[in-house]
Amino acid sequence: MAWVNAIIQGILIGGLYALFACGLSLMFGVMKVVNLAHGDLAVLAGYIGVGVIAVTHVPVLWSIPVVVVLMAGIGYILQRSLIQGAISRGELTTLIVTFGLSIIIENALQQFFTANSRGLGVGDSFITASFSIGSQITIAWLYVVIFVLAVVVLLGLSLYLSRSRYGRLIRAVADDQEAAQLSGANYRHVFGIAAAIAFGTVAVAGMFEGMITTISPTLGTDTILLFAFASVVIGGLGSLWGTLLGGVILGVSQAVGAQISPSWEQLAGYAVFLLVLVIRPQGLVGQGATS
Amino acid sequence: MTEQVEASSRSADLPDLRVTRSRRNTLPSGIGALVLIVVLFAFPYYVGPGTTGIMVQGLIVLTLASMWNLLAGYAGLVSVGQQAFFGLGAYFVLIPATHGITPWFGLVIAAIGAAVCAVPLWWLVARLRLGYFAIATWVLASVVMLVIEQISSIGGGTGEPLPGLSGMQPAVLTAYTYWAALTVAVLAIGGVYLLLRSKIGLTLTAIRDDERAARSSGVRVGLARMGVFIAAAAGCGAAGGVLAIEQLQVVPGTAGGVFSVQWTAEMAFAVIIGGLGTIEGPILGTIVFMVLQQKLQSYNAWYLIVLGVVAIAIALFARRGLWGLVVDRFNIRLFPVGYHLWAPGEKRKRQAAHAAP
Repeated sequence: MAWVNAIIQGILIGGLYALFACGLSLMFGVMKVVNLAHGDLAVLAGYIGVGVIAVTHVPVLWSIPVVVVLMAGIGYILQRSLIQGAISRGELTTLIVTFGLSIIIENALQQFFTANSRGLGVGDSFITASFSIGSQITIAWLYVVIFVLAVVVLLGLSLYLSRSRYGRLIRAVADDQEAAQLSGANYRHVFGIAAAIAFGTVAVAGMFEGMITTISPTLGTDTILLFAFASVVIGGLGSLWGTLLGGVILGVSQAVGAQISPSWEQLAGYAVFLLVLVIRPQGLVGQGATS
Repeated sequence: MTEQVEASSRSADLPDLRVTRSRRNTLPSGIGALVLIVVLFAFPYYVGPGTTGIMVQGLIVLTLASMWNLLAGYAGLVSVGQQAFFGLGAYFVLIPATHGITPWFGLVIAAIGAAVCAVPLWWLVARLRLGYFAIATWVLASVVMLVIEQISSIGGGTGEPLPGLSGMQPAVLTAYTYWAALTVAVLAIGGVYLLLRSKIGLTLTAIRDDERAARSSGVRVGLARMGVFIAAAAGCGAAGGVLAIEQLQVVPGTAGGVFSVQWTAEMAFAVIIGGLGTIEGPILGTIVFMVLQQKLQSYNAWYLIVLGVVAIAIALFARRGLWGLVVDRFNIRLFPVGYHLWAPGEKRKRQAAHAAP
């Protein structure tokens, strides 16, 4: 039963990984930007949440919309200024700028909030509530909420991209930037919207990360970015459901690894990632990862 | 240093064509470099151990920056996982030392060991390009760290002190460490220089200019990239070995340990500020780096924040870095790796602006 429990926990945490990953995938898909600061953005969102709660004393769940809106705004502004400037100068510059952002965010958080880890909503009964199946499987409600939320966000995102006016615009720009521009689409603004969505989703993920464990300034580069990337690669680029599958596979392999030996948790996840990278570099459902 | 190709014998149409490595005679700058190296080697005799200690840190960054420049500036490989080889190098000094081999020889083992480890790691990421390559190397660095932390005989997750140097006087040890660091840095820069003047350098230039054209002309793109990846691993490994000797311990982990991405940040920022794709750039960038670090050292992490801001600004507004500005202004090259084509009748002494390199 311990194994069944591990697999269930792995599946549920996979939802969180997919939430981390979808913004990374979206920014690469739309503007061909590999955002090396993606993990640090999640941590930044968590710390903004700490600040919002400290100032307004709202419950942690109510602070999430505030943080998401703030992060989406930051995303739009960053995209229209720094990242757009980097894109027009080439892929190498984009990598340098996002890597620079990553190091700046991480060290600034360290400077202002120290290296100590912090939890969000500590003491909130919602964080600790759980239910049991049988005698050995205990599932925290928070994990269920995160998984459902991840599915809702991915579903909403894919509906938005396929049905809405802006979604179609985003796909048009991703497809052929110049043709979309000729048809009257302002691709810079569309890029900004896409970045706002990416930053918003990673903000949700960062807040929940702070609730289920704790956040610390180096967490973004130590794990979050790498887990998000692994989920994207395992699932395959260009498919949001592939990203969910990738997140779930990563979560399950980590949970199974941890079940064998606690120190194998991360290694097991990366082992599956490397296996997919070598055997099926286009990912399990994606079309291509090497281009 | 002036290598001449007499083209007149090959083409009757172009009788007065001459190709040299540099537009100027490079003998003075060659002698200058030699004098500088001798002066640097004599440093421990006339400055205190405090200064040489700081210089050891600078030389580690210089070695790393030269390697990152080779990767990103010449081979288009933006690696964010060089801390893997840096850390491995530190362990390749530590492990033989626990078996009684002197850490000084351990530096050689560190370079070779890191290079050997680079072969299978290259195989994993060889297909990936740019952004994907960047994060994948980052993941590999994390994997290397997690594996090392599993091995309890070399300290597991907490690290271990470096044995074998306890008998030395502190001042003598500092001087020896400095000489080791300087030797590694000189060999690294010299190695990059020779590599870029060799056939691999020509291959890399062809890839940089037009990868598809190079590929279809029979240039072995993958092989050249692999060579650069392995060479850079060796250099970073040796630098990691120097760090192990300087700190007299090896600590894994990402927070202040040998596997911290901070190392890659330092080398990348130094290269970008100095000038990507030139041998002089990392040298200039390291000097700027060390000055900023010393000025801001009482403000903890601020030096990396400031360096990050400067690096982003330079990447956006002065893409060829500080050395690029120097070249534009004075048109000098200390390490000529390109060729200069002399127009028929062009005088050697004349520095004509229209004869662009």
